[in-house]
Amino acid sequence: MADITITERQAGDVTILDLVGKVTIGEGSVALRNTIRRLLGEGKNKILLNLGGVGYIDSSGIGELVSSFTAVKKEGGVLKLLSLTQKIQDLLAITKLLTVFDTFDDEPSALSSYN
Amino acid sequence: MRHIELPSRIESVDEAAVMADEYAKSCGCSDEITFAVDLAIRESVANAVKHGNKFDESKMVHLTLNNGPEGFVITVRDFGSGFSVDDVADPTNPENIMKTNGRGLLFMRSFMDEVAWEKPVDGGLLVKMLKKR
Repeated sequence: MADITITERQAGDVTILDLVGKVTIGEGSVALRNTIRRLLGEGKNKILLNLGGVGYIDSSGIGELVSSFTAVKKEGGVLKLLSLTQKIQDLLAITKLLTVFDTFDDEPSALSSYN
Repeated sequence: MRHIELPSRIESVDEAAVMADEYAKSCGCSDEITFAVDLAIRESVANAVKHGNKFDESKMVHLTLNNGPEGFVITVRDFGSGFSVDDVADPTNPENIMKTNGRGLLFMRSFMDEVAWEKPVDGGLLVKMLKKR
């Protein structure tokens, strides 16, 4: 069974990725990386990662979030995070990455922030 | 007590975590302890596979779990050339925050109560971690 399922939705010019599963070393991190690369290749550079369904993330997964953020920014876009679980918030706080990412609790607020 | 020897490949990280999760739950550990143990094992086994044994599948990773009187004790040993923990950069320093790796030790130290490294005389590196009840 795959570690993670990534479902893509479009809301105007914002691409929402609904992640369900684990973002960990190996398959989960690679799946996220490949999806972000593909979107950037298609010119989609406003990306909202919905992490509400992510039950687990390790340091490799956190690294992949950073890598995705940097790759999107390099293409002139922006990557934001939606619906962080308490555990993911804790990990981002420990790593001081909460100051780097724009994070949102609800989708309408996240989408309006791109305007 | 549980002991397992794993080959040096990425899939071993999941295998170790599944075994630890089952053991922790069978011991009646709380969700908080189970999460901490899971995270510490994933990070330490990944380090052993990647940085210790450098994916050399002829070298094994030894994992021991023991829910003892002082708490949940984990040991992870590799058979690589070892590394100095002190040389690992602090990932929370501003110049390192945007790096894509180097956070594993931080997670281990943050979620476990004690983390100590030893260099066995016959080589490799052993990390011992304790999660108190």
